[in-house]
Amino acid sequence: MHANAPAPTEEEIRALAAPLASLEGPLLPMLHAVQETYGFIPENAVPVLADILNLGRAEVHGVVSFYHDFREAPAGRHVLKICRAEACQSMGGSALAEATLRKLGIGWHDTTGDGALTVEPVYCLGMCACAPAAMLDDRVVARLDEARMDRLLSEAGA
Amino acid sequence: MKDFIIPQFAPGDDRDMGTPARLGAPVSLLVDGIAVTVPEGTSVMRAAAEAGIDIPKLCASDNMEAFGSCRLCVVEIEGRRGTPASCTTPVAEGMVVSTQTARIQRLRKGVMELYISDHPLDCLTCAANGDCELQDAAGQVGLRDVRYLPGDNHFDPSGTGARSQAEARLRMPDGVANPRWTPKDDSNPYFSFDPSKCIVCSRCVRACEEVQGTFALTIEGRGFGSKVSAGMAGDDFLSSDCVSCGACVQACPTATLQEKSVIELGQPKRSVVTTCAYCGVGCSFKAELNGDQLVRMVPYKQGKANHGHSCVKGRFAYGYAEHRDRILKPMIRDRIDEPWREVEWDEALAFAANRLKGLQEKFGRQSIGVITSSRCTNEESYLVQKLARAVFLNNNTDTCARVCHSPTGYGLGKTYGTSAGTQDFDSVDHCDVMMIIGANPTDAHPVFASRMKKRVREGAKVIVVDPRRIDMVRSTHIEAAHHLPLRPGTNVAVVTAMAHVIVTEGLYDEAFIRARCDWGEFQHYVDFVRDPRHSPEAIEALTRVPAADLRAAARLYATGGNAAIYYGLGVTEHSQGSTTVMGIANLAMLTGNIGREGVGVNPLRGQNNVQGSCDMGSFPHELPGYRHVKLPEVRAIYEKAWGVEIDPEPGLRIPNMLDAAVEGSFKGLYCQGEDILQSDPDTHHVAAGLAAMDCVIVHDLFLNETANYAHVFLPGSTFLEKDGTFTNAERRINRVRKVMAPKNGYEDWEVTQLLANAMGADWHYTHPAQIMDEIAATTPSFAGVSFDLLDEKGSVQWPCNATAPEGTPMMHVDHFVSGKGHFIVTEYLATDERAGPRFPLLLTTGRILSQYNVGAQTRRTENVVWHPEDVLEIHPHDAEVRGVNDGDWVRLASRAGETTLRAKITDRVAPGVVYTTFHHPSTQANVVTTDFSDWATNCPEYKVTAVQVSPSNGPSDWQESYTEQAERSRRILPAAE
Repeated sequence: MHANAPAPTEEEIRALAAPLASLEGPLLPMLHAVQETYGFIPENAVPVLADILNLGRAEVHGVVSFYHDFREAPAGRHVLKICRAEACQSMGGSALAEATLRKLGIGWHDTTGDGALTVEPVYCLGMCACAPAAMLDDRVVARLDEARMDRLLSEAGA
Repeated sequence: MKDFIIPQFAPGDDRDMGTPARLGAPVSLLVDGIAVTVPEGTSVMRAAAEAGIDIPKLCASDNMEAFGSCRLCVVEIEGRRGTPASCTTPVAEGMVVSTQTARIQRLRKGVMELYISDHPLDCLTCAANGDCELQDAAGQVGLRDVRYLPGDNHFDPSGTGARSQAEARLRMPDGVANPRWTPKDDSNPYFSFDPSKCIVCSRCVRACEEVQGTFALTIEGRGFGSKVSAGMAGDDFLSSDCVSCGACVQACPTATLQEKSVIELGQPKRSVVTTCAYCGVGCSFKAELNGDQLVRMVPYKQGKANHGHSCVKGRFAYGYAEHRDRILKPMIRDRIDEPWREVEWDEALAFAANRLKGLQEKFGRQSIGVITSSRCTNEESYLVQKLARAVFLNNNTDTCARVCHSPTGYGLGKTYGTSAGTQDFDSVDHCDVMMIIGANPTDAHPVFASRMKKRVREGAKVIVVDPRRIDMVRSTHIEAAHHLPLRPGTNVAVVTAMAHVIVTEGLYDEAFIRARCDWGEFQHYVDFVRDPRHSPEAIEALTRVPAADLRAAARLYATGGNAAIYYGLGVTEHSQGSTTVMGIANLAMLTGNIGREGVGVNPLRGQNNVQGSCDMGSFPHELPGYRHVKLPEVRAIYEKAWGVEIDPEPGLRIPNMLDAAVEGSFKGLYCQGEDILQSDPDTHHVAAGLAAMDCVIVHDLFLNETANYAHVFLPGSTFLEKDGTFTNAERRINRVRKVMAPKNGYEDWEVTQLLANAMGADWHYTHPAQIMDEIAATTPSFAGVSFDLLDEKGSVQWPCNATAPEGTPMMHVDHFVSGKGHFIVTEYLATDERAGPRFPLLLTTGRILSQYNVGAQTRRTENVVWHPEDVLEIHPHDAEVRGVNDGDWVRLASRAGETTLRAKITDRVAPGVVYTTFHHPSTQANVVTTDFSDWATNCPEYKVTAVQVSPSNGPSDWQESYTEQAERSRRILPAAE
């Protein structure tokens, strides 16, 4: 779901999350399901999940805000996460990241004007041996250089 | 060998030991060369504190589990690597701990430097100056410099690198805003939250979770971006789930969470330990003052009822004591349609005494009476009943317990032999199953509810028997195993059906019953409950409780381990209130749940001293200590002490007084600290009774509703202005200490004494301690009680006498007070109050957290932000068929009367049931309640009234004419110059 789609109703969120309540440690799976379905964690999901799990809404808010991966607003159509951890930095990751942002004309966490792509920093994708690495949506890509990055950007339509 | 001085701590010591106490086998260790022995599981930090060594700390406090986040409490332990946090490291046998090595001092200084690098240097103008743990810790570790340059921070609004907020304000004009800075949240009326001073130690979050159990706070974000957040995005403290208990404010080591009164008035320098005057939990507080100015009330850690916790009422709602409505001068008038005339005490007392004497001469000895107050002290209640018995020479004394827990007295007296709860509050820590019947502890007994919730989070199971889905059924981290949403008025049927299940399924404790109870009565009882007409299936249609749920709940109660029953006015305020109390007592005996920790039958008393006012002989048939006036040997004790002859016939109960007044035979009433017009049922009848009297003396803080019908108004003193004792729901006698002089001139017991003497008595008490001595000398269960003992022990639970010189935390341990426990047959009889075509809904009434009883006090505090008016809870289905929308004005009518209020649509109430509170005189919910009452004690049937609800567009005729009459009757003429 994207910025221009209507926000989900409480009933929709409940229908999506309630079946997960019996899992062990159900809050994270519920949040993942919500984010997967709507692209972000809508504000009205917080009290619904709190009610299903009998938690305080402050507690759910604490969890959502703790994980950078949970978005409180919709992202672009694609999300590019560029690794900024030590191994990638040592292999030119920082320069590549800055060049990419410059090319797109946006900062970290921003979305391109046409809503195609959101760029986020990430700290280690476990690809240190083939740094620098990034992740486009669910796909991890490694041994990046400017040319490969350009291909990723055009793939994302940015 | 060094010569150590081991510090001795006084019993009143309220040092923070850092981490909670543990129970376990003794473990010995050395801390800085001092040998200490502590229970296994104790933290190194606490062991050091036991040895008198304060390890610097910021995130630890002994009312919550260790957290290990501030890294200031590091120590070195021989044979262990690194510098472990002393709060999260448990002691071990033979451990050798050093708390002050050079390495540790260096580390602590480094940690402290980091804290201060993100904290403003405004100590001198900070509200916490002098009471700041951050300041103390910085001093203790010897911080002398902060080497970090101004950088990213949370405290500087200007973003210019200012080191203090004062500096930031100077620089602000051309400053750069700091996106990390968050403004103060002043939404709560009593405390403010200033994130710029926060060190993110999480103590507030943990206090909210572990101590209060509300889970309203969290840490938002992570790393340097972490901050304390009330509720979720967009919430402030007021809109969050916060119940304003003050636990977070108490826990905060800085000025981040700070009482507004301290911000305004400064740090208090003097404190007096006293007892809260709100509910029956009886929390101990430190009243903190400068001179005679009360700065704040802080829950007292050594208080045995509350262990340092509080609720919004006791902690913050004391502003009524200085409210402009408070009357400080005596007033009189000839007739109630005249304005009041301010007079001197002598004139008011002479006027009152002459009128009362005149009435007795004209209409007889029985024509006047008294009502004692469950809000006043034991000593004051004792004197008021003594006024009736020794000066009026009749037994016309009653108390507001008539309208709340009189069935408890009767029911527990008949079954167990004494009129009180069986346990102390601490017992709940050992309970495995708690059955809550007709009580709403999270609203009415919040501090004890926090203890219950804590125990539930530890795994205890809950059974709730209540028509409403109260918070103990389901709220954050609480989920009852069974909720039996019975139809109001069918308590007896439900309780008897539970006994039926226990008996027919063979779940009763035969060994206990044979040893402790009357076996013959038991067999008779078994024959009764075994009858299939008492089965859950047979009563399902009547009670609307699904039979399978009831069976499951009964099995859990009987077999779930230590099972305790907690009950409230939802049990007693019924036409069969006493029967239900006996039914509950039967259940506990049947299952052997009496006489040890974690079990018992526990009435949750509504008012601070309702237990005490009953103990003090306030009832018309009983002298102090629940001894019948008919017994000549009891009368002899008081006849000797008081030098009068005591009437052997019981006097009039409150409803009888009012009936007699309407008939014309009861003419005068001295009513201390109680507003019967608003609190008693069937307001029209109460008003008619009061209006028919010739001398109504109201002794109160405010011109309450009853005072509209009074001829004499005697100004009262608040609990802050007098000495005495309150007895809480666990029979604990707590000291009330005078923290300031009475603003009205006299403590309430002095006023009663003046009135008695004006009528010809010769009393000369000079201190309430003397009154307690007289109580002890004449009442066996109080024989050992004295102010000296209370000051020494903090509090004692009666019975306190030669056999129990330090009081009795638990009753009926080896045998019942009555010898054998008595099973009593509990036949269900439907109340005459029934829903029918004209009045198809059942109204039940209750309380809300922020308001107290008739609201005379809490309505005159900032607590009104949470509850500005009474509302009617109605189920969506019932609302829909009546065309009522949420927030609409509705007319609530019964056969007794009608009123109007706003509707709140909620499925907390079952279809067919509506619910409201009675905190506001403008609503006067009791106009609607009827004159039906408990068969044994006349306790009114507040909890069941057949009503109809319909849309309305404004106040009822009664509300309008009453408002007009109230305004007229409150006119005051100033005293003649």
